[in-house]
Amino acid sequence: MKKLLSYLLLILLALFLAAPFVWMILVSLHPSKAPIPSVDKILPDQAHWENYRLVLFNPELPVFRFFVNSVIVTCAVVFGQLFVTSLAAFGFSRLTFRGRDALFNLFLLSLMFAGPVMQLPVYLLVRSAGWLDTYWALIVPGLSSAFNVFLLRQFMLAIPKELDEAARLDGAGEFFIYRRLILPLSKTALATAGAFTFFAVWTDFFWPLLATNSVEMRTLEVGLSVFKNSYGGANWPLQMTAAVIVITPLLLVFLFTQRFFVKGITMGSIK
Amino acid sequence: MFALFPLLYTFYLSFFKWNLIQESKQFVGAANYRYSFSDGLFWNAMGNSFRFALGSVPFGMAVALGVAILVNQKLRGITVFRTIYYIPAISSGVAIAMLWIYVYLPETGLINSLLGMAGITNKTDFLQNPGWAMSALVFMSVWVGLGPKMILFLAGLMGIPPALYEASELDGASKWQSFWHVTLPMLAPTTFFVMVTSTIGAFQLFTPVYMMTKGGPQDTTDVVGYHIYIEAWQKFLVGIAGAKSFILLLVIAIFAFLQYRMMKKQLEGYWVG
Repeated sequence: MKKLLSYLLLILLALFLAAPFVWMILVSLHPSKAPIPSVDKILPDQAHWENYRLVLFNPELPVFRFFVNSVIVTCAVVFGQLFVTSLAAFGFSRLTFRGRDALFNLFLLSLMFAGPVMQLPVYLLVRSAGWLDTYWALIVPGLSSAFNVFLLRQFMLAIPKELDEAARLDGAGEFFIYRRLILPLSKTALATAGAFTFFAVWTDFFWPLLATNSVEMRTLEVGLSVFKNSYGGANWPLQMTAAVIVITPLLLVFLFTQRFFVKGITMGSIK
Repeated sequence: MFALFPLLYTFYLSFFKWNLIQESKQFVGAANYRYSFSDGLFWNAMGNSFRFALGSVPFGMAVALGVAILVNQKLRGITVFRTIYYIPAISSGVAIAMLWIYVYLPETGLINSLLGMAGITNKTDFLQNPGWAMSALVFMSVWVGLGPKMILFLAGLMGIPPALYEASELDGASKWQSFWHVTLPMLAPTTFFVMVTSTIGAFQLFTPVYMMTKGGPQDTTDVVGYHIYIEAWQKFLVGIAGAKSFILLLVIAIFAFLQYRMMKKQLEGYWVG
């Protein structure tokens, strides 16, 4: 009886969380330019898959180009950031120098800072480097992440100190210890940080909006946000099609990496 | 350095009058701060952010804790449910915003249609009604944020030694009593972490406002993240935006400190940084 009640609650909750997505897919299959269907007419007479072709191969919007931009930028940031943040975490956890912990606490402060204005100096820096509207602008500022440094540092702190001391006695340099010892031992943490970074970069809206202005340099997230304005209320089915197109790659990646989310979120919180 | 440089540079800019385009910046001392403190629209935005945080943080945490307890049971297929609950949090902010504009539409939106089927026929335009718009954003953010908060609480729950429950059962405690005297105190570090991070997140709300309400109707959803964005990137008041973001930083720090003070007793003995 108690079990039955639990399942009932679980299913109701799943419906509540999934219903808007189901609704989104159903609306995307209505004929384009159709008025918004009410709940009782939500099932289209026939599935209008051509909406997907209309959005993906839109003559006015290079949606395919947006997609490629997102892939390039996301891959570059994920791998670049793993390298940069793991080095920083190595410094904060394995090396001892004066003021290390004070510096780290200051570093964490940046997590608190309001996103929109933190970008102002970064924008000015990127502008003075002449990078606006290029891949550099989308990639380079994304290479650091206080959150990932925090996550990786917590993990590296748990690796026994004796390991690198032994290596040092054998005459290994710091970079060798980082590359050959700590990095292979931190694989899970790196995978977790990578998964988080993937989603953060792919769905980032604010920075690509500021850093690019030509249509060709837009990422998927920013590029498809114009579907809201250019088609307006007149074309809800195409708007929902665009939304499905943004979300599908995320869902696929999530299904493969979800175990890292559970790991990361528990690793980052309480040791 | 990556993190500190922007912070210090914004602070430096907050003492100048500059519009991003001019060659030279004009030093104005504390004038931007004086202006910000007397700007009614800024404090309106601050108040809106406060209302958003007050609505979404406790409500979101209570729902997430409840769901975490629900999915902490040993049931077949429970991981499938945990995965489904996480999905809104990983979906794109833009797509979610487009979706929820639809959910809240007056005539054919999901909520009004369902209300109509239940016999309630006066349609509310949730996002255009000053009395409803903020609650609509709060409700959506609870929906989006459920997954990550739930996983955090779930990890906390799994970390409680079963022996504690057995002991309280032997002492004749009811389910509610062991919830109040075992579960909640043992979850204190998790609760603190969730509370602080979601308060910081609440004060940085941006994309939903940008996509769904543009701060309207009648400035009721003009939250501080959006307000500062407009100052900096639409009006090009760089110095004023810098000053306002420092005031915001201070407010967030005060909140984090107050929350720490509030939870200090419960945290003693558990919190390890």
